[in-house]
Amino acid sequence: MFNEFDPAKDQILRVIDNSGNVINKKYKPDLSTDEIINAYKHMLFVRTADFMAVSYQRQGRMFTYPPNYGQEAIAEAMSLVWEENDWLVPAFRELGAWLAKGATMKDVFMYFMGHEEGTVFRNAKNLLPISVPIGSQLLHAAGIGYSINYKQTGQVVYAIIGDGGTSTGDFHEALNFAAVWNAPVVFIIQNNQFAISVPLKNQTKSVNLAVKSYAYGIPGVKVDGNDLFAMTKAVKEASAHARSGKGPVLIEALTYRKGAHTTSDDPTKYRTKEEEEEWDQTDPLKRLKLYIENNKIWDTSEEEKLIAEFKKEIDRQFTEAENFPATSLEDVFKYMYVDMPDDLKQQMTEYEKFLSWKEARK
Amino acid sequence: MKVMNMVQSINNALEIKMSEDQDVLTYGEDVGVEGGVFRVTEGLQQKFGARRCFDSPLAESAILGTAIGMCVSGLRPVIEIQFCGFMYPAMNQLISHATRFHNRTRGKYRMPMVIRLPYGGGINALELHSESMEAMYGHIPGLKVVIPSTPYDAKGMLISAIESDDLILFMEPKRIYRAIKQEVPEEKFNIPLGKAKILNEGNDVTVIAFGAMIREAQKAVAMAKQAGISVELIDLRSVYPIDKETIAKSVKKTGRIITVAEGPVSFGIGAEITAIVNEYAFLSLEAPPKRVQGFDVIVPLPKGEHHYMISPEKIFYEIERTVKF
Repeated sequence: MFNEFDPAKDQILRVIDNSGNVINKKYKPDLSTDEIINAYKHMLFVRTADFMAVSYQRQGRMFTYPPNYGQEAIAEAMSLVWEENDWLVPAFRELGAWLAKGATMKDVFMYFMGHEEGTVFRNAKNLLPISVPIGSQLLHAAGIGYSINYKQTGQVVYAIIGDGGTSTGDFHEALNFAAVWNAPVVFIIQNNQFAISVPLKNQTKSVNLAVKSYAYGIPGVKVDGNDLFAMTKAVKEASAHARSGKGPVLIEALTYRKGAHTTSDDPTKYRTKEEEEEWDQTDPLKRLKLYIENNKIWDTSEEEKLIAEFKKEIDRQFTEAENFPATSLEDVFKYMYVDMPDDLKQQMTEYEKFLSWKEARK
Repeated sequence: MKVMNMVQSINNALEIKMSEDQDVLTYGEDVGVEGGVFRVTEGLQQKFGARRCFDSPLAESAILGTAIGMCVSGLRPVIEIQFCGFMYPAMNQLISHATRFHNRTRGKYRMPMVIRLPYGGGINALELHSESMEAMYGHIPGLKVVIPSTPYDAKGMLISAIESDDLILFMEPKRIYRAIKQEVPEEKFNIPLGKAKILNEGNDVTVIAFGAMIREAQKAVAMAKQAGISVELIDLRSVYPIDKETIAKSVKKTGRIITVAEGPVSFGIGAEITAIVNEYAFLSLEAPPKRVQGFDVIVPLPKGEHHYMISPEKIFYEIERTVKF
C-alpha cells in the first residue's frame, strides 16, 4: 500500500468523504458492522468525556486539560488494530487510546487535578505515562522496539507525536535509531495544524510531514486522520509491516484540533472562524455517523440516550477522582528510588518532626 | 591474583554481569567493534555478539532515551557516553525522563540503567573532554552518582551499579584509567554504593577527595607526613548519596576539613561537604573548612590547563595553612 501513496507527491489516503460516502473501496479496512458501531460509540464516549473535562476545568475543579475534540479517529484506529501486548507510547492528547489500553477517566481526571497516581495507568498493560517534554517520548519507543527484537516477543510499539514535535531533534534521532535497529515501531504524527499557536508552515518547509520518512529509509504515508477507515487501514498496514520484522513506519494523520491547546489557551488569537468552519466539515464523528446512516447499520437516534449514560458514568468517575486523598508525605519521597538513600529518609523524618511541632502548637 | 588497571577491571565487571544476566547489554558510540575510544568494552562484542554490545548511531539524547525504553521493557542497559562534555545533548532525557520515571509511575516502571561517563582533566584533550561536572549531577533528584578511584573499587562498584534497580551515573576518572594497577580478584564481588572509604587514618586534618584526585591527595598526604602532619584521607566514592556519617565522624576527630575536587568551586562538592560539617560537626571545628577545587572557569585547553588542575603541592599548601590556622 505504501508505494501507492507517495508523500513526495503529497498523495493522501482517504476512504470516505465528508458526506460519509466510500470513495476508495480498495482501501476500506475489513471491519465488521459491530466493530464500526462500537468504534463510533467509543469516539462518542471520548468526545463526551472531553467536553465534560473542559467543563470541569472551567468550574475550577481541574487545573488544566488538553482537549481531544476533533482528533478522536486516530486513537480509535490504533485500538482497532493493536494486540493486547503491544505498547503505546503516548504524548498527551490521545485520550481514546489511553482508555482503550486500560486507563480510566478517573486516572485522567486525577492527573489533571495534580495526582501523580493519575498517570500510572495502573491497570493498563504496556502503556507509558503521559509525556510532557515534546518529542522526547519517541526515543523510548525506539528503545522498547530494540527490546522486542532482542527478546523476540513479536510486539509492536505505537508512538505518538504532534506536528510541533517533528521539529525536535529527538524526532529525528528516534526515527533514525528505530530504522537502523529495524525496530517494530509505528510512529504516528497527529498533525492537528497547530503547536499551541504556531501553524505548521512555521514548523517545516517540507511538503508534508510523512515525506520525512524518506530521510530514514522507511515507509511513510499521509492519511486523512479524520477518516476512521483510512486511519485504520494505514495503522493496520504499518503494524503488519513492523510486526513482520521490516522495521518502523511513519504515519502522518491529518486532523484539526477543534478545541484549544489546553484550557489555558485561546485559539481565537491565532485562527479564523472561517478556517474552523472549513475543518468542521471533516469532523471524524460527523463523517462516521453519516456513513452509519447512509448504510443503515445503526439507529443513530439512540445516541442521545447513550450520551446521557456516558455522562453519568463519567461524572461518577470524576467524583471518585475528586474524592481521592491528597498525596501523602510518604509518597512524595517513596518513589524517588527503589533503594531510598538514608539521607532522603532523614529529610522526611525531620519534616515529620516539624509537623508534630506544628500540630502541638494548635 | 590478576593485576588490572581500571580499564581492565571495568571490562571484567561488564563481562561478569553480561555472562550472568541475559538482560544486561551495552552500547554507545564506538562501543562495539572498536571496544570504545578508551577500549573499556574491548572484546565484549566478540564474546557476546553484536546484539548485546554494539555501536549506536551518533546521538547522545537517543542513547539515553532508547535505554529508558529498554528499561521499561525489561532490559538492564549499560550505556557509555563517550566523554563527560558530550553528556549535554542527553540532559533532557536524563532530567525530564530517566530520573523521573519511577516516581512518575509510582514504581510501575523502574530504571535499572547504568550510564558510564568518563570524566576529568589532565589528559591534554580538546574542548569538552576535560570537565568534572559531578556536583551538577548530584543536584538532580532521582539520580545516584558514584566515582571509583581504583581498579578494585571500579569493578566492585560497577557490579553493584548494574545490579541496582535505580539509575546510576558511573563516572570514570579517565586520567587514571591506565595509571594505576593493582591486584583485583577475577571472580565477582560487590562494593556497596553510597559508602565512603577511609584510605589513611590521621588526627590533624581530614582530606576528602575522589576519582583521579585521590592519587594527588595521597602524594600530598606523604608530603604532610614529612612535615609532621597526620592526615585522615577519605575517598568519597559516592557523590549522591553522600556519606555524611563518615565525613562527620572524621571531622569530629580531626577538627579540620579540606575538600579536593576538580569541578568548579562554587556550588560544588566542597560546598556540600562544608555544609554537612557545619551541620553535624560544627563544635569540633578548629579551622575554617577549605575547598581545594577548580576555579569557576571553563577548563583551559592543554597549554593553560596546568593552572586549573590541582597538584599535590596545592593540596599540601592548604593542609599546612589549615593546620596552622
